[in-house]
Amino acid sequence: MNITRRHILLLLPAAAVAWKSMLAGTPEDSPNYNMSEHWWGMLIDISKCIGCGNCVRACQTENDLPDGFFRTWVERYHRSNWSLENPEVISPDGGKEGFPSVPDDPSGEYFFVPKMCNHCADSPCTQVCPVGATFISPDGVVLIDQRYCMGCGYCVQACPYGCRYIHPTKKVADKCTLCYHRITKGLTTACCEACPTGARQLADLKNPKDPIHEFLKTHTVQVLKPQLATGAKTFYNDLDGSVR
Amino acid sequence: MNGFKDAGHLFRFAGLFVVAFLVFWVVRGFVVPKTFGQYGHYRAAAIAEYAARPVKFAGHQACEACHTDIASTKAGGPHARVNCEACHGALAKHAEDPTSLTPAKPDTAVLCARCHTASAAKPKNFPQVDPAEHSGGAPCQTCHNPHSPVIGATLAAKGGAQ
Amino acid sequence: MSGYMYPNEITLYWSVLIVLYPYITGLVAGAFILASLERVFRVEAVKPTYRLALLTAMSFLLVAPLPLLFHLGQPLRCWEMYFTPHSTSAMAMFGYVYLWYLMAVLSFEIWLDYRREIVLRSQSSKGLLRLVYTIMSLGSSNVSERSLRIDDRVGWIVTLVGIPSAFLLHGYVGFIFGSLKANPWWSSPLTPVVFIFSAMVSGIAAVTLIYMAVTRLRREPIDMRCVDTVAMYLFYIFIIDFSLEMLDLVHRIYEADESFRSLDFLVHTRLFFSQIVLQILLGTLAPLILLFLTQIVKLPEIARKRIYVFSGCMILIGVFAMRWNVVIGGQLFSKSFLGYTTYKVGLVTHEGLLVAVGLSLLPLFFLWVLLMLLPPWSEAGDRQSAAAD
Repeated sequence: MNITRRHILLLLPAAAVAWKSMLAGTPEDSPNYNMSEHWWGMLIDISKCIGCGNCVRACQTENDLPDGFFRTWVERYHRSNWSLENPEVISPDGGKEGFPSVPDDPSGEYFFVPKMCNHCADSPCTQVCPVGATFISPDGVVLIDQRYCMGCGYCVQACPYGCRYIHPTKKVADKCTLCYHRITKGLTTACCEACPTGARQLADLKNPKDPIHEFLKTHTVQVLKPQLATGAKTFYNDLDGSVR
Repeated sequence: MNGFKDAGHLFRFAGLFVVAFLVFWVVRGFVVPKTFGQYGHYRAAAIAEYAARPVKFAGHQACEACHTDIASTKAGGPHARVNCEACHGALAKHAEDPTSLTPAKPDTAVLCARCHTASAAKPKNFPQVDPAEHSGGAPCQTCHNPHSPVIGATLAAKGGAQ
Repeated sequence: MSGYMYPNEITLYWSVLIVLYPYITGLVAGAFILASLERVFRVEAVKPTYRLALLTAMSFLLVAPLPLLFHLGQPLRCWEMYFTPHSTSAMAMFGYVYLWYLMAVLSFEIWLDYRREIVLRSQSSKGLLRLVYTIMSLGSSNVSERSLRIDDRVGWIVTLVGIPSAFLLHGYVGFIFGSLKANPWWSSPLTPVVFIFSAMVSGIAAVTLIYMAVTRLRREPIDMRCVDTVAMYLFYIFIIDFSLEMLDLVHRIYEADESFRSLDFLVHTRLFFSQIVLQILLGTLAPLILLFLTQIVKLPEIARKRIYVFSGCMILIGVFAMRWNVVIGGQLFSKSFLGYTTYKVGLVTHEGLLVAVGLSLLPLFFLWVLLMLLPPWSEAGDRQSAAAD
């Protein structure tokens, strides 16, 4: 059906109501959100990622990111048949505008790997912050207090995954917030919202009804660089051994 | 007593330390943010500051509250789980006040190709085509309804595409 | 850039200023260890360098935090390090170790050692200088025999405490790098130890050079017995330092873990000049061989002097190269071990070459001021400290 002016007038109050309920408050004044009831993580299903770059663009739009720095990015791996140690990896502009074409009948395996902050439970970055400007929130999100950060860059060095950077104009550390302003309002993250294939799923590990639990039961998942014991909470399904 | 007197200058040096420490402690009391340490070694108010940021993607629930017809068109098809703003872009402004911003219709030739252009790097079971060869340059919606792209299924709900 | 870097890694976040920071801190620790040789270990021969070493340590220590400050994105927030130090952060603890070392060790020891002269000068000088000395004396003019004996006793204890403090100061700098598991080039329990020993080497070399230069400028004869002894200690500490560095290197090569291919490539390409040529060949092996010569062959005085000056300069360059290779080298490779970036020093940016050169020269200016205020060589002072023993 066509949406006419009349429809809009009718729909407007409905939209306002729906929207207001969506914006129901911040952690301290909202009865809807209780930090102690959540423990956030992320599930990334590599077998579903098509490398469209929607997540990267959505993240940059949602969070007003500077050019050339990424809170999430997509890598394309090319692994020749058995050589796990020498994958060819590209991520042109973070995979924001997609990827160059590959030969039709390629040797070896091609696949996409979306990357983002792992919101580690034993995060090396919060451990080294000298002033307490970055921390793990009670609901398990690694955040940066940008009004307190002095921009020393120690956390950037400590992150094994390259997820942090010094914001070029704010001169403080910056990274994925797991769209904290969205998840506390009952929304999913911008990257998950924009992912067309469901390759990214926000996961609440404390919520027994979250589909993540069923998924973890029935799949073999992995985290990045498990040898570093960071307690990473971004889980990967179908992760190839060559990914690092 | 005499020994104490001869070490008097040392107490002056120590006194400097005590004064410096007291000044430090008083200043610290004023400077450290009030909510620092409430949950851990950080400024607790920073959490609320993050939570209070405005959103730009309204979320498909907000879209579906009004656009029920499109939602039902989508529901049956392969794009059922493709969220509205994955294609239409961030539209929280529109959701907040529909009259303030009318979203532009996406150009299907660009939009569809972004996902569906064939590449050996994509999962094998994902539908992919060579756009030039597949449609000969015609826009995708000539044949497909983007909200329910399987061709037979689109006839019933064709209006929703425009 | 070549290969694959994570997109956020392409920019290097720790610049040449962060190279300068462990370098300058190292000079402080090294200079202090040399001073403690005389005070605690009673090596009489090195006495002419004692006070000079303390003042050198002081002037470098005053500059040590400046490169960090210039590097910070928000330098005005640096106080947070002291107000809310994070107990699990090596960097936060450094702030306190620094303050402890500056105030409780170095200032205190210098003050005790110079107190008699400060008091005398506060009485003999005029005008502004008189005020400066009076403030420095903290308003106490007690220089009785007994009070000076107490000073000497307390000074000895301070030096004793100072040695582990100097180790702590620079060990912490090493730990800042050595404790990061994310970076295999840094992550090693040997890093703090290597930092301490290279610090001692560079600090002793610096004081030797400064002593020779200052004595020359004053047209006084260089005390060869002193310089020879310092050179001997330098040589032995240098051997330990070199062994530790080689142990680290051999260990890495033999273990050849996941990062090895990447690091090996780096050492053979982008770090070849600074690591192999500057650090190991010119900065370590050359001075080591020359110093070895002075230990086994009886060389004429002029030859020894030249060797000491040349080795001293090479050591300072070599240790700087070592800091460079650690700090910059540790950021040239991707943590994916799949690619490499490059670092270009800016010239006039706030973390550029000019600032770095300025900060390297600043300690020399501070030293000049300190030498004017508290000359380590005054006749009266020499006789006084000789009498105290």
